[in-house]
Amino acid sequence: MSDSPNRTPLTDSAEPVLRVRAATLAFGDRELWRNLNLDVRPGEFVAVLGSNGTGKTSLLKAILGQQKLTAGSIDLLGEPVTRGSRQIGYIPQQKMLEQGTPLRARDLVAFGINGHRWGLPVSSRAVRRRVDEVLESVGATAYATVPVATLSGGEQQRIRVGQAIAGSPRLLLCDEPLLSLDLNHQRQVSELIDEQRRATNAAVVFVTHDVNPILGMVDRVLYLAGGRFRIGTPDEVLRSEVLSAMYGTPVEVIRSRGRIIVMGAPEGYGAHDHLEHHVTGAQP
Amino acid sequence: MILADNQDLWHQIFGFDNYGELLALVKNSIIAGAILGLVGGLIGPFVMTRDLAFAVHGISELSFAGASAALLLGVNVVAGSIAGSLLAALLIGVLGSRARERNSIIAVLMPFGLGLGILFLALYKGRSANKFGLLTGQIVSVDNPQLLLLVVISVAVVIGLFVMWRPLSFASVDEDVARAKGLPVTTISIAFMVLLGLATAVSIQIVGALLVLSLLVTPAAAAMRVTASPLFTPLLSVAFAVTSVVGGILLAIGGGLPISPYVTTISFLIYVVCRVIGAARDRRGNKGRLPAATVKS
Repeated sequence: MSDSPNRTPLTDSAEPVLRVRAATLAFGDRELWRNLNLDVRPGEFVAVLGSNGTGKTSLLKAILGQQKLTAGSIDLLGEPVTRGSRQIGYIPQQKMLEQGTPLRARDLVAFGINGHRWGLPVSSRAVRRRVDEVLESVGATAYATVPVATLSGGEQQRIRVGQAIAGSPRLLLCDEPLLSLDLNHQRQVSELIDEQRRATNAAVVFVTHDVNPILGMVDRVLYLAGGRFRIGTPDEVLRSEVLSAMYGTPVEVIRSRGRIIVMGAPEGYGAHDHLEHHVTGAQP
Repeated sequence: MILADNQDLWHQIFGFDNYGELLALVKNSIIAGAILGLVGGLIGPFVMTRDLAFAVHGISELSFAGASAALLLGVNVVAGSIAGSLLAALLIGVLGSRARERNSIIAVLMPFGLGLGILFLALYKGRSANKFGLLTGQIVSVDNPQLLLLVVISVAVVIGLFVMWRPLSFASVDEDVARAKGLPVTTISIAFMVLLGLATAVSIQIVGALLVLSLLVTPAAAAMRVTASPLFTPLLSVAFAVTSVVGGILLAIGGGLPISPYVTTISFLIYVVCRVIGAARDRRGNKGRLPAATVKS
């Protein structure tokens, strides 16, 4: 339906939120990527695709200042990255919180606003109002005061999106946030992220092995495979000849009813059974 | 005959002769107990969310080694206990950032600490009541200078907790996200281990090294069965801990037994009651969810 390539107005004059320059990452003699250049502008939605072990998570860690690059640099808002930043909203993989965690859903969201501040967890009226707003925007008002650990995986992930957007960050970093969610929740959570970047012009870097739930939102794709990478619009990158060249073996990309299926990627990159809704070549 | 024996036993466990005079004698212990209850109750929920119950046990064994070394050398026992605790807490904090590593480090440290402690006690020629007290707690041992030291350390721990409460909660529940937000997660974690070491060292003075968990873990575990509110969890946990320690002391002073069985039993009973209440509530479901629409049946 919404397949026009220029959904978000990208002006070249806008300073990139994230600037990756000549970045190389190697562990010993295993090189994950070399000479990676990437600018992510405000409001841009970039999907990072690739199978396990291609350095998707390492790239996120490098942006978070937790992984040193072998060469090159990463700047966030014009400054070299530090160990984490309040300008980043981070949405991790869905991971159930421990039963008995003494926090309600709204407390977790409040951490996104003032979790870094010292002192007792007493929130000002302004913070409480913002938390209410965020809970409403992620559709979690009904369970705002419920212990977080009693929520379902999908509900917890909504709260995590709420937490990430509560501080109005300039960059949303998403690390497989749809993993282990059912299709319905996958759609809802990815729509929440998309709404937020439209509302606040935040940049989105979205690591995933399955591009289909976010295909309608993605401006550009960074595809990592076999020590190589390719950057471009989904239409430019997710093509049989491009992926075949990257994997060094014939790979077929099939588009069917707005979905993308990658077939025939080498065994090491893992074929997957759920052909219907996965980029097969990019499965763990 | 058997009846008389039973009565003796009963009197030994619960004696209330000359209760008023005894009460005056242990006034210091009661004050100390209440303060320890406050410290244990406040730090307990963090011990639970950070999965450090086993670490508390490990710290307390090294604290015991420190205390018995101090006893042997004739220096301040509380100081020795604190030295042992801090050493253990820092080792566990620095080396054991991952749960699995941490558990193996604790399992290695614990018997070593206990063994050292036993060695020092075996070499010690003083009163044997002092020896036993370090392991299982003692009641009349708290004199004024010691009380002052306990109070000062406890106040320091409480202030430390209040200062780092919010970032500590954030980092305890959601370490990755807290790190991404730029919180100094590692520093917070080490600072917490120092507070935990201090709290363990002062708790040992009353309930003994073997039973510290009843003060630092059981009350919080009980509170977390019945509430998930960030306000009521520490409040209830403090109430349970203070009830256990002060109640334990009040029951213990009449008989000639150590204080710890009373403290641990009260603490355990509170936990059982909370579990039952929590289970009943789980069965009823609905933990404060608003109805999606007006419910009509």
